[in-house]
Amino acid sequence: MYETNYHRASSVADAAATFAKGTESKFLAGGQTLLPVMKQRLAAPSDVIDLSRVQEMIGIEVSGDTVTIKAATPHYDVAQSDAVRKAIPALANLASMIGDPAVRYRGTIGGSLANNDPAADYPAAVLALGATVKTNKRSIAADDFFKGLFSTALEDGEIITAVSFPVPAKAGYAKFPNPASRFALTGVFVAKTKAGDVRAAATGASQSGVMRVPAIEGALKTNWSAAALDSVKIPSNGLLADIHGSADYRANLIKVMGQRAVTAAG
Amino acid sequence: MSTVKLTVNGRAVSVDVEDRTLLVHVLRENLNLTGTHVGCDTSQCGACVVHVDGRAVKSCTMLAGQAAGSNVTTIEGLAKGDELHPMQAAFRDNHGLQCGYCTPGMIMSAVDIVHRHGGNLDEETVRHELEGNICRCTGYHNIVKAVLDAAGRMKVAQAAE
Repeated sequence: MYETNYHRASSVADAAATFAKGTESKFLAGGQTLLPVMKQRLAAPSDVIDLSRVQEMIGIEVSGDTVTIKAATPHYDVAQSDAVRKAIPALANLASMIGDPAVRYRGTIGGSLANNDPAADYPAAVLALGATVKTNKRSIAADDFFKGLFSTALEDGEIITAVSFPVPAKAGYAKFPNPASRFALTGVFVAKTKAGDVRAAATGASQSGVMRVPAIEGALKTNWSAAALDSVKIPSNGLLADIHGSADYRANLIKVMGQRAVTAAG
Repeated sequence: MSTVKLTVNGRAVSVDVEDRTLLVHVLRENLNLTGTHVGCDTSQCGACVVHVDGRAVKSCTMLAGQAAGSNVTTIEGLAKGDELHPMQAAFRDNHGLQCGYCTPGMIMSAVDIVHRHGGNLDEETVRHELEGNICRCTGYHNIVKAVLDAAGRMKVAQAAE
């Protein structure tokens, strides 16, 4: 790891001010991606600003039809939360599948979204549930937030403070984990909103990162069942192909994970 | 350089380290607690797992500064004098180790697993929960046996307290 300066932020405002003072600052949340990348010398921030102890960024709130997860809340706490399990069980379930137990204790929802790894789990939930990403400057709709591999609508120095999820009528997540990394080789999150709309998002599959899956949405809107996806054809153009799976293989995984997600949603 | 103060195995310590220093290096190089191992250095193998404020984390994926003010427990902090922690005893009795390199991390993760699941542990749960700890010798079989054995012993020990 190259030299860096560590700062522990005491508040969102303090974090933003400290960020602005560095020549090449980075926010550090759980550090489960940034620190490995720094150890490999693929990133060399002049300053790292630790958000993980900013109290106003930690916690889960459920009010009416909205679940708000503050950005520095670790995956473990989301997975264990009775409130999340009751309101959106698929979200707690997704959090329980990220990485391994040690990663879940440290990794945070804000860190995952800001990084926007094309195989991360949370982006699928945020996009399929039509969540709102709240920052220290504004609110960003999920449809406007994800901008391709490792890129988002966040501006330099902008901090995700919380994510608000509308409680759906039904939702489910299924992923085929890469057996070594536990990242999604393909994961699909399906949701039926209380207004009757259907949204589906796939992670791990596309060259452009997390994406909506219109074919699955159309079929499920007509008939919310795993069988409704039997005849769905997912186009393989634009999908990832690597040693773990071809584009055609991933196209099929989108369908199969979509079916499992619907089954899980009930 | 920064001064990092933390509590390790019940002892208050203060070290002066570069900000880029990882927790595992403070433990091993500044405090000479070499029971915590560095296996992969890429956050995958779990040989460096320690407890920070009661949670089992990879000490190679945490800056020393992030742990400032925290309570850290390493493998050296588990035994009570000459009396092994029930998890350590179970690993010995069940032959849950061969070369021993992954063992400190396995034991620290396993203690955390038992704390979280209590008596509701079965083989499948243990195997699933140990996915962040890699062992290249044992094939995991006796590790899983040891964790299940220890879960029973820890329950008995807790009931006796």
